[in-house]
Amino acid sequence: MVAPTTTCISAKDLTLHFGTTCALRSLSLDIRKNEIFTIIGPANSGKSSFLQALNRLNDLQVGYREEGTIELDGVNIRSIDIEQLRARVGIVFALPFPLPMSIYDNITYGPRMHGLRNRARLDDIVERSLSESFLWDEVKDRLHAPAMNLSGGQQQRLCIARILAVEPEVILFDEPTSGLDPISTARVEETMRILRSRYTIVLVTNNVAQAARVGDRTAFFLMGELIELDGTSVIFTTPSDRRTDDYVTGKFG
Amino acid sequence: MSTDERRLATKVRKVREFLIERTIFVSGITSIVIVALIFIFLLKEGLSIFLTESVFDFLGGQFWYPISDPAVFGILPLIAGSVLVTVGAAILSVPIGIASALYIAEIAPPRTKEVLKAGIELLAAIPSVIIGFIGMVTLGPLIKDLFDIPTGLTALTGSLTLAFMAMPTIVSIAEDAITAVPRQYREAAIAMGATKWQTTWKIVAVAARPGMVAAVMLGMGRVIGETMAVMMVTGNAALIPHSFLQPVRTLTATIAAEMGETVQGGDHYAALFAIGIVLFIITFLINAVTDLYLHRSVRK
Repeated sequence: MVAPTTTCISAKDLTLHFGTTCALRSLSLDIRKNEIFTIIGPANSGKSSFLQALNRLNDLQVGYREEGTIELDGVNIRSIDIEQLRARVGIVFALPFPLPMSIYDNITYGPRMHGLRNRARLDDIVERSLSESFLWDEVKDRLHAPAMNLSGGQQQRLCIARILAVEPEVILFDEPTSGLDPISTARVEETMRILRSRYTIVLVTNNVAQAARVGDRTAFFLMGELIELDGTSVIFTTPSDRRTDDYVTGKFG
Repeated sequence: MSTDERRLATKVRKVREFLIERTIFVSGITSIVIVALIFIFLLKEGLSIFLTESVFDFLGGQFWYPISDPAVFGILPLIAGSVLVTVGAAILSVPIGIASALYIAEIAPPRTKEVLKAGIELLAAIPSVIIGFIGMVTLGPLIKDLFDIPTGLTALTGSLTLAFMAMPTIVSIAEDAITAVPRQYREAAIAMGATKWQTTWKIVAVAARPGMVAAVMLGMGRVIGETMAVMMVTGNAALIPHSFLQPVRTLTATIAAEMGETVQGGDHYAALFAIGIVLFIITFLINAVTDLYLHRSVRK
């Protein structure tokens, strides 16, 4: 496979602090356009903190400090309007959390918040986003039913559709299948593989096998440091660092 | 443990379970029984007024002359007084109460939040007679001068005073409802690029709406039932008011002011109890409507 080489996100010398704890230490890495970039590592390794730095969700935490720079398409994310940044870099959380409204309103919430009012275009967005997340066929007859009535896997795909509706460039997945059954997990993974052709995907996962299944490149984080970054197959077959080898073969973590 | 011992232990446990269950049942049902008894008592004492005064004349009568001869018992002025003062209080306290609940729950930094919450709770702890007193000696003269009217004790004064009293209930219950909205809703909205205000208004306020409705209704319940403060500041003229700047008399104030002068079992006495029935029905309706609304939105 020929890897696409345009850089999408570039982190330089990134250090993250929450109060007195240092979550990530001088990390530098590039994420390429249209790849599935997976991050693995045990708990407290800084994976989610890194992910949430990419769309500045960490800023909501009290006592958060950040050093270094993150660039999106060559522009420092600190110089991008924060609401615009979060629209361009969407995130899917571990637990699906539909907003307390209908399926339709869940999808149109984002576009409406960004100022879109045209009913026909909203209808289009709903159909397109739900189709892209493979939920359309299951819900097209009950778009105005409460989103809470969907099953867990459907809710997670709704959350993906909700992000797609604001037309992001990058989608961050923060352990998106940790609360799902194997069949729903397979669906979400399939969705990610297909979305890859149009979006850049960053996936944080506790499930090492999942990284092996969907990742193009994989980074291994440990205790707030990047230990190794390489093609997924390399990481899982011939990693250069022993700790990576121990982790992916299940000796710890 | 022998079989006999085991059997005895089982028996003791059964008896204990039975006793505990009954005790809890009795405690639970007591409140309902008491409410029913109060209502029956009100009916028993109050219904006799309808032997001399028709229901229509009582509810729709424009004159309340309980001690003239013949006495006239029309409570329309009193209902109008209560409604006017309550509506005024709602107009003042609901927007401010909800806004301060949103501020405390969503915007205020932790320290400010603590101070404000303590302040609001303290406000609820002020006895109503003190609020009434303050309303009478400071608010009354102020309104008199401001609008250049003969007396400062008006419906508006009552509304302002009661708004002040409804505020703690509205703020603290609405604030609880807003704080109880799952953090994930906010994160989801913010992660889609919604601004803080869009998140607060379109997500948090919507999710907390049943709680906020309950807060408003409980606040209004307090306003309708409030007696002492309102009696001190509204001027107590049993006339149908045509503006907020006229003195009014509420249902509650009438009962409190006149009960001491009545003859037990007399017409006046019965009329005051009948006013109690009307009040009871009003608060019951408010509760019922709130309940209906809350259950409907839960099912939705």
